[in-house]
Amino acid sequence: MTLSATLAELVRDFKANGRIVIVGASLAGLRAAEALRGEGFAGSLTIIGDEPYEPYDRPPLSKQVLKGWVQADHTQLPRFQELDADWRLGLAAVGLDRATRQVRLANGEQVPYDRLLIATGTRARQWPNPAEAALEGVYSIRSRDDAERLQQALMAGPSRVLVIGAGFIGSEVASVCRDLDIPVTVTERGPAPLIGALGGVIGEIAAEMQRDHGVDLRCRVGVSSLEGDAGGHVRRARLSDGTTIEADVVLASLGSVRNVEWLEGSGLAAGFWGVGCDAGGRAFDINGVTTDTVYVAGDVARAPHVLYEYQFLAMEHWDNAVFGAEVAAHNMVNLEPGYRPHLLLPGFWSGQFGVNIKSVGVPPFGDEIVFTQGSIKERRFAAAYGRRGRIVAAVTFDHGKWLQYYAELIERSAPFPPPPPGWDRPDVMKPIPAEFPEPGVPTAIPDVVLTGHDPNERRAEFRPRDRPS
Amino acid sequence: MVEETPWQQALRYANRANPYPFYAELRKTPVARQPDGTYVVSTYREIVALLHDPRVSSDIRKIRQATTTDAEQEAGASEDVISLEPNIITSDPPEHDHDRRLMTRHFYGPQDAPHQISDLEPEIGRVVAGLLDAMRDQTRIDVVDEFAYPLPVTLISKILGVPLKDEPRFHAWIETALNALDFGPEAISEELQSQLEGGRQGVRELKRFIAELLDTYAKQPGPGMLSAMVHDDGREGHMSEGVLLSNALLLLFAGHETTVNLIAHSVLTLLRHPDALQKLRRRPELIVPGVEELLRYESSVQFWHTRSAVEDIEIAGTLIPQGSPIFLVYGSGNRDPERFANPDELDLERPDNQHLGFSQGIHFCFGAPLARLEVQAAVGEFVRRVENPRLVVDPPPYRHNQIFRGPRHVLVDIDGIRD
Repeated sequence: MTLSATLAELVRDFKANGRIVIVGASLAGLRAAEALRGEGFAGSLTIIGDEPYEPYDRPPLSKQVLKGWVQADHTQLPRFQELDADWRLGLAAVGLDRATRQVRLANGEQVPYDRLLIATGTRARQWPNPAEAALEGVYSIRSRDDAERLQQALMAGPSRVLVIGAGFIGSEVASVCRDLDIPVTVTERGPAPLIGALGGVIGEIAAEMQRDHGVDLRCRVGVSSLEGDAGGHVRRARLSDGTTIEADVVLASLGSVRNVEWLEGSGLAAGFWGVGCDAGGRAFDINGVTTDTVYVAGDVARAPHVLYEYQFLAMEHWDNAVFGAEVAAHNMVNLEPGYRPHLLLPGFWSGQFGVNIKSVGVPPFGDEIVFTQGSIKERRFAAAYGRRGRIVAAVTFDHGKWLQYYAELIERSAPFPPPPPGWDRPDVMKPIPAEFPEPGVPTAIPDVVLTGHDPNERRAEFRPRDRPS
Repeated sequence: MVEETPWQQALRYANRANPYPFYAELRKTPVARQPDGTYVVSTYREIVALLHDPRVSSDIRKIRQATTTDAEQEAGASEDVISLEPNIITSDPPEHDHDRRLMTRHFYGPQDAPHQISDLEPEIGRVVAGLLDAMRDQTRIDVVDEFAYPLPVTLISKILGVPLKDEPRFHAWIETALNALDFGPEAISEELQSQLEGGRQGVRELKRFIAELLDTYAKQPGPGMLSAMVHDDGREGHMSEGVLLSNALLLLFAGHETTVNLIAHSVLTLLRHPDALQKLRRRPELIVPGVEELLRYESSVQFWHTRSAVEDIEIAGTLIPQGSPIFLVYGSGNRDPERFANPDELDLERPDNQHLGFSQGIHFCFGAPLARLEVQAAVGEFVRRVENPRLVVDPPPYRHNQIFRGPRHVLVDIDGIRD
């Protein structure tokens, strides 16, 4: 038999008899499982998830669910493919032994694999003071249960909601509060909302939008402490400027923490920014060598991106989960040169204060911004981000149909500023500093982050802070 | 005689039933300059790029024909559009966005009328059933006149609030106007020239008819979208009278003409592809992706003619100079082998079928949600209920118009209509 025939036989055999384990039963995990079956993988498929629910959709949780339009348990993701999988739900994975190729579950069980997909995503960063975080009325939002609890709290008609952190989640929740006519205060340690993801120029527009809708927005202010009443219910917050806010519902929207603790000791390049992998989803070990058996997809993955000088990108975006999972699934059951790359141009959307915000590319990679279409005053516009004379990202407010044009310019590394439109030109079309915070300035961590060039950047020393017990 | 370009040949009436070989020839030059200075774009990638390019205008008044003087241009333009204000297909942002928002509010606006279209499903079903029931005792039917035409016209009249009793009048005006429009070498023929005045007269009559209707609704509110738009007192106010008139004309016209062609073409195409027809009988749920494929296969709007370059645009190695008219040929882009595998084959389950049948970008078909429901119901029920349908004439006779390409009649012999 020739070598290629032997390899083909190997692939055929693996597709028929292999064992694949997916850790993480959310969007990336589900789409990867479906893609595997779509690729003709007929072997055993195990899906492990720490939540008790079948995969559901998270974007509505901070929007339609909170508003009461959609019940939290009506967010289940549609199924595109028969899976015939062994679902292990409500059971967290707590360890990985790459030598024996086994995943350890919280109940002590060991699940063997031939190929493993890590899709454990992120969790909400909790209010750092555990006693204050335990007060009744203090929420975070990431899961279906979180959304349901917060929704009930909002329905109860609180006297005021305090949102700590004006990233996308915080801003969306503030928007829902105003829609429900609930008084809301938003505190943000940076100079404006959304500043980490979109910079200070757009942040200023977001700030005006919040204030126009009656949000009590306080920037450059942190929350020093939360205080409860005798019954253990939160009542007020002390702010870093010495003032206090009376609030009976508090949302800590402080960004996310990647679920990598269970990988401690596995020798993978796992750390604060996630698990390093190549553009095909193959995990790096701690020395920066690709593994052949372990793959990564979704929020927890970070991979080098050709468009951004091969820097490692971590993307907490819906389509990154879907497409990253599909690519990883394909590569799990194929061999070189059949590997596919995951070269998605990052993109996200948000709905808040009646405006649809969309973005492509990596805005924080840019240092300049230019408004290219529409009207800032009416909050209907497109703007492009540039760096060293090329376009690297774009953002639209109620102008999403133009995004594809900018996406194509970004993919071509087209000159910045882009050519002016033939109509509907903004009053001013001059590039200005985009005003991203300096690294290290405390603010909400943006949804797309550049996490450096090194697949195991300082992570050889990494020790997780919260170890699952 | 100078040899005709593939585009000019594609536009000849003799090639109306099958312009596709000429499109294939045309795609060898993705952006092809025509002798009159028009740039014809025939490949998927380039069409999509220009649909999203903010240097392209849809406002017909911005076209500067290289071959005509300004004076001729102005005279021609004003005559052609019979002093109508731009509608949403022929305007640019911000006016376009503003006007389309005001219309969306009363059609399927996410916040104002989210159920407006989906709530019509039972009524669409009743109309379709009625049309099929009426053909029970026939052995030969005309799919265009007896089926494809009555459904959309009934629905759009109801949605807009245009009395159905006036249908014979506005139908005739639209027909004459459409027949007089020609972008090909036959435009200068005596036959076409003799129809020009009739076509203009048709538009004038239609315009007067709609204007009177809007006046009536201004005095006395009535059912439907037109009355609602006259009396809109939302945050953004209501449209000016002239703009409302233009858009009302557009809705009435586009609201049924294109859907007629899609239903007729869908039946024709399925009868030409017995395997696909069988498959659809076995798996009726395929009607949803099936309608998308049928629209890709025979696009109801073959190309669009009002766009132009506001700046010099370089694309696919060609420079389109500022002011040049740009024709985007959706019908060709939908058969582009670079985008669709085996594009001349009908595949009701075609994956990743992001066709151009409804266009893309800000001018994406306003009526698409309605059209989809109507055609899914009509074609789905036709396939289910009509017994042993057989094409009588193939290819069928086509209507003259090149943009809104569709058969004039589709005669089908049948063995009966099932319940």
